[in-house]
Amino acid sequence: MDYLYFPGCTLYTKAKNFDQTARNCSLLLGFELKELPNWTCCGATFPLATDNLMALLPPARILANAREQGTTLTTLCAICFNVIKRTNRLIQQDGEKRDKINNFIEKNYQGDLRVLHYLEILKKEIGFSQLREKVKKPLAGLRTAAYYGCMLLRPFEEMEFDDMERPTLFEEFLEGLGTKAIDFPFKIECCGSFQSVGSPDVATECAYKILGSAIKSGAEIVVSTCPMCTFNIDHKQSDIQKKYLDFKTIPVLYFTQLLGIAMGLDYRSLGFEQNAVDPVPLLKEKGLL
Amino acid sequence: MKADETFTKRAMVIGGGIAGISASIDIGNGGYEVVLVEKLPSIGGRMLQLSETFPTLDCAQCTLTPKTVETGQHPRIKLLTYSEVDSVEGKAGDFTVRIRKKAAYVDWEKCTGCGLCQQKCPSKNPSEFDRGMGLGKAIYTLSPQAVPNKPVINPDQCRYFLEKKCRVCEKVCPVGAIDYEQQDRFVEERVGAIIVAVGFDLIAKDRFGEYGHGQIQDVIDGLSFERLNSASGPTTGEIRRPSDGKIPREVVFIQCSGSRDPERYMPYCSRVCCMYTAKHARLYKHKVHDGQVYIFYMDIRSTGKGYEEFIQQGMEEEGILYLRGRVSRIFQDGEKVAIWGVDTLTGKKVEIFADLVVLATAIVPQRETKELAKKLGIVADEYGFLTEAERKLRPVETNQEGIYIAGCAQGPKDIADAVAHANAAASKVQALFARH
Repeated sequence: MDYLYFPGCTLYTKAKNFDQTARNCSLLLGFELKELPNWTCCGATFPLATDNLMALLPPARILANAREQGTTLTTLCAICFNVIKRTNRLIQQDGEKRDKINNFIEKNYQGDLRVLHYLEILKKEIGFSQLREKVKKPLAGLRTAAYYGCMLLRPFEEMEFDDMERPTLFEEFLEGLGTKAIDFPFKIECCGSFQSVGSPDVATECAYKILGSAIKSGAEIVVSTCPMCTFNIDHKQSDIQKKYLDFKTIPVLYFTQLLGIAMGLDYRSLGFEQNAVDPVPLLKEKGLL
Repeated sequence: MKADETFTKRAMVIGGGIAGISASIDIGNGGYEVVLVEKLPSIGGRMLQLSETFPTLDCAQCTLTPKTVETGQHPRIKLLTYSEVDSVEGKAGDFTVRIRKKAAYVDWEKCTGCGLCQQKCPSKNPSEFDRGMGLGKAIYTLSPQAVPNKPVINPDQCRYFLEKKCRVCEKVCPVGAIDYEQQDRFVEERVGAIIVAVGFDLIAKDRFGEYGHGQIQDVIDGLSFERLNSASGPTTGEIRRPSDGKIPREVVFIQCSGSRDPERYMPYCSRVCCMYTAKHARLYKHKVHDGQVYIFYMDIRSTGKGYEEFIQQGMEEEGILYLRGRVSRIFQDGEKVAIWGVDTLTGKKVEIFADLVVLATAIVPQRETKELAKKLGIVADEYGFLTEAERKLRPVETNQEGIYIAGCAQGPKDIADAVAHANAAASKVQALFARH
């Protein structure tokens, strides 16, 4: 089965490695990500002001267009997923706002798309046990830290992704690839998000705590589902090193890059040149490349 | 007034905690017969698990045991322990209650309560009475002062039931009371009035993902702390934490764990947690003088007689640190338990690395209360607490004539209120009997 796919802006620029590996892996797993035509920015934040209909229009237009093409829409970026899924739910449940939005975008969308994260497709549609059978190169001996961030999980009654306080879905996936997924207390803590623009020290401290906690718990690699998180916890590691002299770097990979290794993709196609902390030495040392 | 010959002037009390015991003694002393039904092997209820009680700090067992003994020896109280109500028919003055007497696998007629079987039983398992912290035997009584002092065998733990070998208790019993073939039995009792006093439970701590889902050994609930502090408990009253038996130097208490949280847990106030947390903190300080206590609270509700003074004494004289705010996260950090919270009075985030955390978990009804309400034709609310006929003026009556409620089955209460509620229910029963 093929899935309508909304990549989002970052996956076309800073996170090409996320996009490419996801597309390539899905082909090996027997489905195709069909890119939604004429997609736009998702809006990047779900509006919290109740009268801010303008901010709902971009995700609503994406959803309405997608519904004309199919019944299920998938995304990779945790922020896009959050915005699109919550907008979909709002359109489904709030008749008054639905009418206003539809009038404005000149559509008649009822909120009846299924919005799934790529990880949910792997779990619900393929199954992690099936995945285990399809993996060509199990990543045995690699200790991974599943870093969820906030956007996949909260608000829990809208995202319905996993237990927001103690999720396990991401670890189940990593175990499916053959890695040892360690548990660490900061796995659902905020990465600092956009604070990295206005108050970079705040974001640096967040990242330091997250990565420090993962390292202390025995992780060799941190796995991410979000370009925003990745920016803060991967690209900012040089800043962390300047501020915290004891800090040792740790590679951060998108989960699809790890999936790519396990599916036997050529590692030169995995886009490691976009990762700030080079994972290649570690992966070679582990005999995984 | 002419006596109604057909009206049965005999009462049933369901639940043998402090409310049920109090009501039974009252009705018995009033000259009427009482059948007291208790699902556990002996009476005493939750109060039997407590170490000391607020605001007087006297020993729970010392105040309760005379009551349980009085109940056991009362000429007009018939005890049916290890029994549950199966069905109820009839109306006020003429109820027929069918009761299931669970198989104890011990012939209580023969048993003298010598305790030899419990001494010799080789099967040790986490004890439910001690909240899973101490080890109990497969043949057990709930306490050394159990009323009645007769043991039962838990077939889920007994080696004979599991592996068809052992039979040690049978061999050592001097009167041949062990009976592995015993079956559940049914008895019928005719009564004219029923008091439902089935008590409460605590919300399970594994529901709190943010507090470690019950997976962190040194995060316990209030009843577990009672057992740790109890001379009859798993540590014989020394405060030792479950993971490694060390005496905790820093202890964090979290009030309103699951109470007053309409979005995720129970919207209501559990009423006793402010007081028992203050009590726990003070009792801990009495045993570990150099220990530090932190209490996270939303606000302090100490509305009973002598309660506010009790709290103030803890703050001012015993150095207990109250932090007004909630805890967002608890996790294991090496040997310590890390707590992230906020002190809303200073507006600062708080991080504490403690040795022990005690959650004042919400009071919830017993799981079976709703089902029992259905059998009795009375009303349980959305949570499962029993509903009184009128909130203010008829607090112990129900929508069914002849059926009354007492204690925490109606809603969270402390001991004093539960006893007062039970006394009221008992007087209603006696007034009903006197009218006919």
